[in-house]
Amino acid sequence: MEILVCARRVPDTAENEIALNSAGNDVEREELVYSINEADNYAVEEALQIVGRVGGKATVITAGGEDDEEILRREMAMGANEAALISDGAFEGSDGRGLAAILKAFVQKGSYDLILTGIQAEDGAAQVGGMLAAMLDYPFASLVTSIEVLDGRKLKISREIEGGNKEINEIDLPCVLSIQTGINEPRYVGMRGIRAVASVPIPTYGATELGLDAGSVGAAAAKAKRLDYFVPEAGKGAEMLEGSREENLEKLLELLAAKGGLK
Amino acid sequence: MARIFAFIAHKDGVPDDSASELAAAARVIDPVASPVAIATGSGAELDAVCNSLRSSFAEVWKVANEALVYPNAELIRQALVKIIPAGSIVLVTHNHFGIDLGPGLSIKLNAAYVPDVLGIEQIEDNALRLVRQEFGGQVSAHVRCDISSGAVLTIRPGAFPAPEDARLNGTVIDKSAEAGALTARRRYLQTIVPEAGDVDITKHAVLVSVGRGIQEKENIAIAQELADALGAAVSCSRPVVDAKWLEKPRQVGSSGKTVKPKVYLACGISGAFQHLAGLKGNPFIVAINKNPKAPIFRVANVGIVDDILEFLPELTNKIREMRGVPAK
Repeated sequence: MEILVCARRVPDTAENEIALNSAGNDVEREELVYSINEADNYAVEEALQIVGRVGGKATVITAGGEDDEEILRREMAMGANEAALISDGAFEGSDGRGLAAILKAFVQKGSYDLILTGIQAEDGAAQVGGMLAAMLDYPFASLVTSIEVLDGRKLKISREIEGGNKEINEIDLPCVLSIQTGINEPRYVGMRGIRAVASVPIPTYGATELGLDAGSVGAAAAKAKRLDYFVPEAGKGAEMLEGSREENLEKLLELLAAKGGLK
Repeated sequence: MARIFAFIAHKDGVPDDSASELAAAARVIDPVASPVAIATGSGAELDAVCNSLRSSFAEVWKVANEALVYPNAELIRQALVKIIPAGSIVLVTHNHFGIDLGPGLSIKLNAAYVPDVLGIEQIEDNALRLVRQEFGGQVSAHVRCDISSGAVLTIRPGAFPAPEDARLNGTVIDKSAEAGALTARRRYLQTIVPEAGDVDITKHAVLVSVGRGIQEKENIAIAQELADALGAAVSCSRPVVDAKWLEKPRQVGSSGKTVKPKVYLACGISGAFQHLAGLKGNPFIVAINKNPKAPIFRVANVGIVDDILEFLPELTNKIREMRGVPAK
């Protein structure tokens, strides 16, 4: 099975406090810790496990700049066979559709049975996988929580739906799946593993190599454009207890008693 | 102004609660619009759905096809692409189905796509200024959406409160023939309901709920000890289940359980909307989190910025003292 995983390097929201920059047109990125998008890491692990079961090859790609190469090395240290960086000034400002068009061009240069993305990145859009599938005219499923390879170029997959329920589907290959977090337990990557792939060459593909007309991607082609970031008005918000820990504990006990939390 | 369509999910012959929210969102985009509801399915259930949609939509398009008994996004997309006119605005609820349908639908309609819309602020002839959230709800963003060739928007549940006075008397139009034959390369097999866990979190008045801030499996005991002292149960948010620290039946949220406790202690939970969607009945929410920017503080009643790994054991000891149980 030839598997392609589309990954992204994002600020780790679990580790970071997100604040606006002084101009108010972006979040403050100086201090942020970046890493591979969590769901994408699960997608890579899933690809490696499938290759482990049925053979084949896992390739990881990301669209971005030089800084983003580090996640490709990280995923190669995990066991990905190949990686590629998709990078071109013309790609900047692409919306989800533009990014999907760029990925489509890469997909069509190879021959992949299965394409995986993480369900969503830091923008919470959950859009690129579904768009890519529609552009390639491949079947698609989102929120995938298990994959079983069946005979006859088919997969049996489960999707996460409401109430903790799982929806079981059969899907024809080639297809695109967006992977939900928790599908597996991604393997640990140590410094030694990363050093081992530190000098492996990673090819870069730009608009020319991908045969993309620069006008069809990037900011000019975007139908959806982020104008700014802002912090929404707090509304009512929580009553913040701002005393010492001891004072906060006492106050909280009073409140719990009043609200029926202490029986 | 483009025509506005709302795709309505339904179950057991009843439209999803979000149906009237989509109608409300359509009226924000165009107050004089007459948005069209689209429902797909088959048989008497679909007829019942279409009939009840007549109160909030002036026009209801019905697509009946045996293949659509289960809402398979691939088949529904094929039907929608055939019946929706070019340049339309299509609204879909942002949930496990909207995520499945929306992105691909926008490509096939050659329309713009903006997911998980919370607000619609400004309307021009060919563009909408929309509000979304990023970074797990820590910051919001304005997005300009070019609608000159139409748009597909998925709408966050609860973001557009439904008006109470919806008393239209709409017409149902059968579009089944136009939608034509449908073939799927992804086939629905069955739905699996998870086995009940050892603890039913939906039955508890007090929940000690832990999120990523609990940091490792061994620390679940800290929450369990507090829960024991309170006579409460331990529940959790999604990252805790992803990490296999607790079982799925303990998860509160749109992909987990819906709970209605009296008191909810959110410990190290950031407060993503998918988590909050599982919290009903207006509980008294206490949020304890190291990150003062955590969105949970916007919805909690009381907030404490502290490390739960230190705060919770002290709280447990205080409660034990109050009850004459020796502190550990």
